[in-house]
Parts: sequence; structure tokens; C-alpha cells
Amino acid sequence: MDRKIRVLIAKPGLDGHDRGAKVVARALRDAGMEVIYTGLRQTPEMVAEAALQEDVDAVGLSILSGAHMALVPRIMELLRANGQENVHVFVGGIIPEEDVPALLNLGVRAVYGPGTSTSKVAEELETWVLGKQPE
Amino acid sequence: MDYAEAVRSGNRLALARLLTLVENGDPEGRKAMDALFPYTGQAHLIGVTGSPGTGKSSLVNQLALAYRRPTAGAAARRVAIVAVDPSSPFSGGALLGDRVRMRDLSGDPGIFIRSMASRGTVGGLARATAAVVQVLDAAGYEIILVETVGAGQSEVDIARLAHTTLVVEAPGLGDDIQASKAGILEIADILVVNKGDRPGVESTERFLRNMLEIAHPEMQDEAGNETGSGNKKTGWIPPILRTVATRNSGIQQVLEAIENHKAYLQSSGEWQRRDRDRLLFELNAILRDQLYARWRQSLPEGAYNHAIDLLMERKQSIYSILEALLQYHA
Repeated sequence: MDRKIRVLIAKPGLDGHDRGAKVVARALRDAGMEVIYTGLRQTPEMVAEAALQEDVDAVGLSILSGAHMALVPRIMELLRANGQENVHVFVGGIIPEEDVPALLNLGVRAVYGPGTSTSKVAEELETWVLGKQPE
Repeated sequence: MDYAEAVRSGNRLALARLLTLVENGDPEGRKAMDALFPYTGQAHLIGVTGSPGTGKSSLVNQLALAYRRPTAGAAARRVAIVAVDPSSPFSGGALLGDRVRMRDLSGDPGIFIRSMASRGTVGGLARATAAVVQVLDAAGYEIILVETVGAGQSEVDIARLAHTTLVVEAPGLGDDIQASKAGILEIADILVVNKGDRPGVESTERFLRNMLEIAHPEMQDEAGNETGSGNKKTGWIPPILRTVATRNSGIQQVLEAIENHKAYLQSSGEWQRRDRDRLLFELNAILRDQLYARWRQSLPEGAYNHAIDLLMERKQSIYSILEALLQYHA
């Protein structure tokens, strides 16, 4: 059986800077994962729908607009409503230190700020997915 | 979870999970496919192929939107899209970006989009694409659009999978020598010249028409006038259609051509013949894989490496080694 880690990299919200998202998407591809990239300006509904159809193991959200405290809770809620509470969600971009605990409380696995090495993201993702309990 | 039953009753999460199981060759996926197989054979399978950058994803996006609009003659159709992108031969990973051009389709429960990595298979599709399409067919999607890896000249597997194959070209990508190469153009049931607002579109169309006229001499009457692609005498002649997918221009004509092609397939008996060919091809592919896997398992430890050593020392030829290796087959 040929299992591949499938990750959705999404850019919810209105900012138009997708370089970070693309760098992470590429790094995860180079780590052997199948990365679904959806492009800019995704609504939470679009992110959750893509995560469902693609049956991903993880969702990476890149947010630089400052709207993370509005977008992330909504996405977590939609994933749960779709039966995807086991999907690992991580957030990257510009996230103020004081918001990190609140995001982690929502069930976000990790928040990666600027300067995080992409290999760290790939390694942690592998640990979450491959170490996760069978359903 | 009984995947087959859940998928038949419209459970999208179960469908998505089953597609993963099928893609991974999981035994549970095979079990569900056994139960679903009687429900397959209903959908119109439409392949979309062509060189990278010709606008396949944008065209698929517009076609899906068009199928979702009810028309005077027909209700809106349920549409599934399978978009295949290449896996990296080095890391085995893949960047699947076709959804970027399909954002118009989100929020519609009558559409299901699935991205697939080719996972080392050449030919423009993944090994499991046929199986994934079968599951979507059994799930009740009436139109299944399969977008191949950006294809060159040999990625022709799509013609075996699809009822109707669209080959997408764009102006300025190739000359008439490219167009007369065998392979990708020969598999076209419909030729689409996308980006039709770009310079050079007329010459691209002319090249394609010349190519078709060589393949179908009946396209010209005795006086040398073009009789067009409506010639019913000798079967199907691929129409050449101009689109600008990003502006939704020419899409309706493509849709009509697809419907015409379906009617042609059904009235000519070609539909059944293609179905038979497809199932035969799939069975052969699976048979080949399984026979190889079983034979490999029956080989004693080290026999294969020993054989390679003998070859390298030029002590035996490949064919004599082959005879020896095949003895092991239980």
C-alpha cells in the first residue's frame, strides 16, 4: 500500500502575498508529500470544502492580513462539522505572539512565524500524521 | 464504515476517504469497489489533455460551470473533476495546483473536485485514475472531467479511459511539424484552440485543419472544397473549436460538440466498443501488476541479485536468465 501524506496549503483572507505559502508548499512537496495548493483569497468555506474533497491529512493556513482570529476559528468549526476533526491544522504568516495560545486552544497544532525552517514544518507534520491513532 | 453504501447515499466525506483508499491500493477500497462496480458505466467520461499552459484547468472550470446550468433540454448535471498533476521523480511528492483555476466551482454540492498525483506513472494519468473515476461514476456523477498531466506527444492513456477526449492547443506553441506528430493529436475527438484571442490563432487552426485533412481525405469534396466536420458518411471527424476559457467564450460550442460526440458514439456502437476496450485495458494492467507481484514474491531470497550478477559478468544472456527466473513461478 502506497500511502502519501496529503496537505492542503491555503491562503484564506484578502491579503495578496502568497510567497510564504508557495515556499512551504514546495518544501513539503520536496519532503515527499502531495500538496494541494488552492491559491489566493479563499473563504473558510472554500478551504473546508477543498480539505474534504481532497481528504487531506493536514491543512496549512497562511495568513498575513491580521484576520487570523476571525478566519481560523471558522475553519476549525467547518472542518469539525464535516467530520474532519482529525485533520492537523497549522498556521503560518504574521501572527502576534499573544494570539498564539488562543489559536493552539482552538486545536491548531502549531503556529509558524517568519524564519521557521521549512524542514521543521515537514518533520513535525510527518510526526503528527504518521503518529496519529488509527480511526 | 460501509463505504459503498455511504458513497451511494451521497456522503461526501465517505467518498473522499474511499478515493484515498482506492488511490493507495488499500484492500478495503477494493472491497468497496466490488460493491460499487455494478453502478458504474453510467457517466460520460470526458478527458481533457494538451500541453502545459494551454489552459486545460480554465477550460475544465468553464465546462463544469456550463454543465451545472440547466438548459431548455436538460437539467443541470452532477459533475466530478479528476485533475492529475505530475509527481516529482526525486522526492515522490507533488504540487497539485489545478484547483487554483477552479475557484468558481466552490460551494456547489453538485461538483466534486479531486486532485491526483501521477505517482510515477507515465502516460498522463495515475495508475489509480481509472479506479477513482469508477468510484465517482458509481457515486452518481453524470459528467466526469479528467484533466491529464500537461501532456506532450505520448501521454495518450486518456483516450483509453475517456469516452470523449478533448485535446487543447493554444496559439504559438507548435508548428505544423509538431502537429503532424503521432500521438496526442490522433487521440482527439474534439480539438480546442484555447486562448483564441492571442495572435497566431488562425495559423494554429490552419495547421490543425491540414493535419485533419491528411487523416480524413473525405473532409474535402472533389472540387477541393472543405466539407467541414459535419460529414456523417465516414464516422467522426474532430471539430476544431476556438475558445477563450478565461472569458467564457466558445464554451457552449464545446459543450455541443461533446454532446454530438456522445450521440455519435451511441448511434455507431462505438460507446460499447470503447467501454469494452477500457475494461480490457484495465484488466490487463491489473493482471500484469498482480502476476509480477506474485512472481516476485515466489522468488527465493537473493535469486534476483544473483541473476543480475550473472548478467554483469556476461555469463548468461538476458533471455537465458529469464528462462531460469520464470521457473520459480509457483
